[in-house]
Amino acid sequence: MSRLSSRHLLGLEDCPKEDIMMILETSNSFREVLERKVKKVPTLRGVTVLNLFYENSTRTRISFELAEKRLSADTINFSTSTSSVKKGESLRDTVENIEAMKLDMVVVRHGSTGAPYFLTQCMDANIINAGDGAHEHPTQALLDMYTIWKKYGKFAGLRVVLVGDIKHSRVIRSNIWGLKAVGASVALCGPSTLLPVEVEKFGCDVYTNIDEALDGADVVNVMRIQLERQQGGMFPSQREYTNLFGITKERIKLLNKNHTIMHPGPMNRGVEISSEVADGKNSVILDQVTNGQAVRMAVLYLLSGKQEEGDE
Amino acid sequence: MPEKNVDIIMDEKKINRALTRIAHEILEQNSDPTSLVIIGIITRGAILAKRLAKIIADLEGVEIPVGLMDIGLYRDDIQSNLDQPIVQRTDILFAVVNKNVILVDDVLFTGRTIRAALNQIVDFGRPKTIQLAVLIDRGFREYPIKADYVGVNIPTSREDKVLLHVKEKEKSDKVSIVRADKKTAKKKTTKGGK
Repeated sequence: MSRLSSRHLLGLEDCPKEDIMMILETSNSFREVLERKVKKVPTLRGVTVLNLFYENSTRTRISFELAEKRLSADTINFSTSTSSVKKGESLRDTVENIEAMKLDMVVVRHGSTGAPYFLTQCMDANIINAGDGAHEHPTQALLDMYTIWKKYGKFAGLRVVLVGDIKHSRVIRSNIWGLKAVGASVALCGPSTLLPVEVEKFGCDVYTNIDEALDGADVVNVMRIQLERQQGGMFPSQREYTNLFGITKERIKLLNKNHTIMHPGPMNRGVEISSEVADGKNSVILDQVTNGQAVRMAVLYLLSGKQEEGDE
Repeated sequence: MPEKNVDIIMDEKKINRALTRIAHEILEQNSDPTSLVIIGIITRGAILAKRLAKIIADLEGVEIPVGLMDIGLYRDDIQSNLDQPIVQRTDILFAVVNKNVILVDDVLFTGRTIRAALNQIVDFGRPKTIQLAVLIDRGFREYPIKADYVGVNIPTSREDKVLLHVKEKEKSDKVSIVRADKKTAKKKTTKGGK
């Protein structure tokens, strides 16, 4: 019997190593389900899941929805563009109305940091964070970690470089907490304008020179460069970013021989990553997408257990 | 656990004889051994499944494909359990369509595990038949399920535990019954299942 230490998945900061490993190991079983002819199991029959997306998303939303359907849960989708949020309803009112319809689990993406935590305070449902502001995106980090674990079978001794907008990327933040919890060595690399204040508090090696960061590393996880940041003057031009931080065929020669190239998508080909690298033999970018489903199935499954009376 | 409550009811020899007889019976019922596939329920059913396949291979010279199945995702008590069962890997690397599937488990008790396994097999394809082989039938069925091949029938009381030890995991092969303490047995209400 297995049980996570929390009934919600809000983030990987403070998430115990045992919980992370339990999710990764359970993901392995669901990865096998995805290879079957009938990719559906009756496990969450009778469980209703709401996908509450206040921000745009293709991959994460489809991935969650498929994961729910493959577990036989009933799913409801909510997007702000077609809802009463347009009429000025607050998050709390929206949620209380939805709660009155008897939901079991809520997958939430919101532009504000802490929105999933806020939901845990006003709902009984299990809450899964699918990205909140610049805070965390735990299932993305878990699927990145599962992809690494599946290839190398371990985390200890691996060096993982996270490249991109360290300041605003919730994927990087979740990856840092998760990877550190399981004992990988984590390096961060990005333009100095996109490093947060007190970046040293992450306890990672921080580089502003990509060649130094890549030297001898095993995994490089390249983040999308958010082009809207360019307007904010965070970096002078796309071309300059590509020249200084773009992952190219030449640069990956610095990595260990058995290296792995990752990207959470959506990619800007030719900006943060060259097409040759993205489509190269060491790229696992599409495996990440497949693994994402297995990981999300595992998270839904593990959180769906009935709770003790008075359990918070 | 006090020793006096434990009875050994099968030793290695007895287990081997039972499996050999079951293998003969399977071959008797299924004239074409190439139509057979064996699926064992994790963990102990899977170990017995491998042994059965080996006995059949020795008898007939035919390699029977063996698959392993974890029934965790098909249980009927997932919503009522506090903790989720650990899901292990299901490995069925062959088509079950139009095959005679021999489903193998160690102990047949309430029948709930078998119900879950039947549903899962059908999701892999439509077999010609599914036949159930168990080493021990201890009664107390809650679902209408009957084994086609049985090693031994053992009278038990509901609260007893029937345990199969195997060489692959423990030191030796044996089947033991841990008799429930009479006093606590009365108070306890077991739901059954694994």
